[in-house]
Amino acid sequence: MTTPMVRAEGVVKRFGSNEVLKGITLTVNRGDVMCLVGPSGSGKSTFLRCINHLEVVNAGRLYVDDTLVGYREKGDKLYELHPRDAAAQRRDIGMVFQRFNLFPHMTALENVIEAPTLVKKIPKADAIARGKELLDRVGLSDRMNHYPAHLSGGQQQRVAIARALAMDPKLMLFDEPTSALDPELVGEVLDVMKALATSGMTMIVVTHEMGFAREVGDSLVFMDEGVVVESGDPRTVLAKPTHERTKAFLSKVL
Amino acid sequence: MAQNSERRGSAGMPDSVAPDFVSIRAVKLRHPWRWIIGVVLLLLVALVIIDAAQREAFDWPSVGKYMFDRRVSLAALTTLELTVSAMVIGIVLGIVLAVMRLSPNPILKSIAWFYLWIFRGTPVYVQLVFWGLIAVIYNTIDIGIPFQQPWVSWETKAALSAFALAIIGLALNEAAYMAEIVRAGLLAVDAGQDEAARALGMTWFQSMRRVIIPQSMRVIIPPTGNEVISMLKTTSLVTAVPFTLDLYTRTRDIAAETFNPIPLLIVASVWYLFFTSILMIGQFFLEKRFARGVGELGRIKIPSSRFAGAAVVNPPGPDPDSGEKR
Ligand SMILES: Nc1ncnc2c1ncn2[C@@H]1O[C@H](COP(=O)(O)OP(=O)(O)O)[C@@H](O)[C@H]1O
Ligand SMILES: [Mg+2]
Repeated sequence: MTTPMVRAEGVVKRFGSNEVLKGITLTVNRGDVMCLVGPSGSGKSTFLRCINHLEVVNAGRLYVDDTLVGYREKGDKLYELHPRDAAAQRRDIGMVFQRFNLFPHMTALENVIEAPTLVKKIPKADAIARGKELLDRVGLSDRMNHYPAHLSGGQQQRVAIARALAMDPKLMLFDEPTSALDPELVGEVLDVMKALATSGMTMIVVTHEMGFAREVGDSLVFMDEGVVVESGDPRTVLAKPTHERTKAFLSKVL
Repeated sequence: MAQNSERRGSAGMPDSVAPDFVSIRAVKLRHPWRWIIGVVLLLLVALVIIDAAQREAFDWPSVGKYMFDRRVSLAALTTLELTVSAMVIGIVLGIVLAVMRLSPNPILKSIAWFYLWIFRGTPVYVQLVFWGLIAVIYNTIDIGIPFQQPWVSWETKAALSAFALAIIGLALNEAAYMAEIVRAGLLAVDAGQDEAARALGMTWFQSMRRVIIPQSMRVIIPPTGNEVISMLKTTSLVTAVPFTLDLYTRTRDIAAETFNPIPLLIVASVWYLFFTSILMIGQFFLEKRFARGVGELGRIKIPSSRFAGAAVVNPPGPDPDSGEKR
């Protein structure tokens, strides 16, 4: 029996006195796509950032690929990781942001090869070959030498996906990847994500695209005010939500 | 704008034979006053130049004689050395102070803040006088355990030349200003950039070096260029240390011997202007280099519609000369 890719056990995250995550427990199996939905401010981004150790968890345990995130466990004691080791953990987790966050001073190809050459010390020629292959995969082989400012939002987000994939991640986190896009550009990004899901990538996707959740998601988690309100098969949850809060939210986005 | 008026033009003539927009052939507006003011100013400038060329006090033959006097060119070189050394130290220390101010450690933050308070709050001339008196304040420089017999000890006067003190004085003052410039540059970079870099597994240092600093350069370089130019001129204050081999102090001392200060002031000014001009050219190319991917100065690879939209940020504006030139 294989262990899950992500295992959260009572994850709590506070900013000062503001408890944003109030004990999140969930698992994501290998190769699965989990869609995370919920109203704005419910803590979805914070949860993704915790998985990538961009935020430090205050209580509970968070495991990615059976490794505790951000800490070393020895006996019943936890030791904070050295920043270098935390950075090493992040290499294997790809993240895609709502606002793309491409490096504006680098071309599309340079964006994609930056981390592999700098962090993984892959020879430049190999990284370029792989980068071209990835940009081709997201349909941008003709835009390799363009700077982000000269690309449409949809193209930028596809470059961002290629950039994350260049590190050969075992897990991909998407934080509202299509929310900043003009409606006619949403499809091209979702298509790339669907292809990625089909290829067997484990993905956690924060999204308001319920069509995507229904079609691609293996599970759906509805979060509100820092707690998991409801979860299950996307088709079931979307068709017959059991909680009032889920119903109220879905009636707004569907 | 042009499209609008054209469209309106065609709408006004619905029965026009040509279905295309009717192009406008208006009589250009004349600007006679611009011409008059321009001519008057040119005449004034010419007068000043002719007058200066003939004026005895400027003593142009002496200017020519001293321009490449060995003492003067050596002093010019010394001024350049002072500028470069003080700026290099000032920039490095400024980066350290900027990072300290941005660090979450309250002690580091306060120390940096205190440093800026002292060095920006007092005139650099006064600071230079203080540095000149350092040997009086601290007779020896000791290395060892505090309050114990030092391991090594130097006599301050012997260890630190006036030249070294001048550089230290200028550099420590400069660091305070550079710290603010660097801090503004680092803060100008979107927080999402560091987040993306970290998410890719970069360390803080890698993210700084490859992602944050290159982008902040666009904000940092123009004011730093100004600082270099300003430093070149501030070196004339090192006479307060006292250090006397810089361009201004040297020409002043020569003038004191010859009782002829004005031509030597001109000589010094020409040298300062020469250096600042070179620095401005260097600044131009640096700015161009770091504008990659963002500004009009960057390598533009495609005239995409998106870029055409971006050009609106800098509206072309009415070209004041377009009419008159023809
Ligand atoms: N760095 C931070 N400091 C303080 N509060 C934060 C920070 N990041 C997020 N929050 C707070 O956490 C809550 C959840 O935010 P977020 O995770 O972004 O929600 P979502 O992504 O579901 O919209 C919000 O109330 C927000 O104000
Ligand atoms: Mg969010």
